[in-house]
Amino acid sequence: MNLRLALFTAGALGLAAVMAAGMRRLEPIGSYHGAYGEVLNAVAVGERNSTDVVSAVNFDYRGLDTLGEEYILFTSVLAVAAILRKQKDEHDEAPDQFREVPASDAVRLLGVGLVPVTVVFGLYLISHGAVSPGGGFQGGVVLASVPLVVYLCAGAKTFLRIPPPALAKAGESSGAAGYVLVGCLGILAGKAFLENVLPLGRPGGAWSAGTILFLNLTVGVAVAAGFVELLSSFVEKALKR
Amino acid sequence: MIAPLQILLFLLLALAGPAVVLTRIPVPQSIAVSFYGLVLAMIFFLHQAPDVALSQIVVGAIALPLMILLAVAKVKSREAAGK
Repeated sequence: MNLRLALFTAGALGLAAVMAAGMRRLEPIGSYHGAYGEVLNAVAVGERNSTDVVSAVNFDYRGLDTLGEEYILFTSVLAVAAILRKQKDEHDEAPDQFREVPASDAVRLLGVGLVPVTVVFGLYLISHGAVSPGGGFQGGVVLASVPLVVYLCAGAKTFLRIPPPALAKAGESSGAAGYVLVGCLGILAGKAFLENVLPLGRPGGAWSAGTILFLNLTVGVAVAAGFVELLSSFVEKALKR
Repeated sequence: MIAPLQILLFLLLALAGPAVVLTRIPVPQSIAVSFYGLVLAMIFFLHQAPDVALSQIVVGAIALPLMILLAVAKVKSREAAGK
């Protein structure tokens, strides 16, 4: 046995012992010692009529943080689009030629079943962010995976035909701007930026939680359009012959 | 006290992590990283964080492997063009 292996074995055994000792005394699932979470759990449903307290935190109590996060994604998509843009010395020999492997019947059948379910699930996640787990970000990515399924079943040409490029770009920008505009409703009402000024509805209802719903919608549009934009520029670049 | 399901998922995670590192070919590696992301999402879900689990599934199990696959496709197409 050489020295390296011996050293690794000793280290790994030591680590395993420490990990096992630490994990044996792990808290049971769901135990929590913070005060902030307990306070929010007690007041969020009553104050904001949002039964998903995580959404209430993300889009209301700490809505400004989510604004920053949304612009991280916006900036990344912008950067990818800038890097993958058409270069001056780049010429299209065959504009509509893609290297394609035809999908098997099984894959196409699976896709036909998957597309409607995924669309509905994505829309549900976006529109029910304040009611159940999920929200604009998760729902947006789920929605953006629909064109991907189409790409797997029907090929790159059909994929690139689905989202009109102008619409994807406009969707991303208007979704990102929409978040700020919904935030400005608070200022218009004479209160703070991003303050929840819309009617709160009934807890558990689809039309509830005031601005949380609308912020989820804008994030959903921005994320779905941003990911589609990202995917189509990647697919266009990667699969062109 | 640690629950049996926790032990199972931690062991799966401990296997999936090295599996990602030890897989040296990019395409199988993207599948391995996708599985790793899925195990991570199950752990988040088990620990009562369904919102985080959903984000982890869409990013770790779908978006990240996809970006790797597309980048590999781009590199391969360049290699094929160079030949």
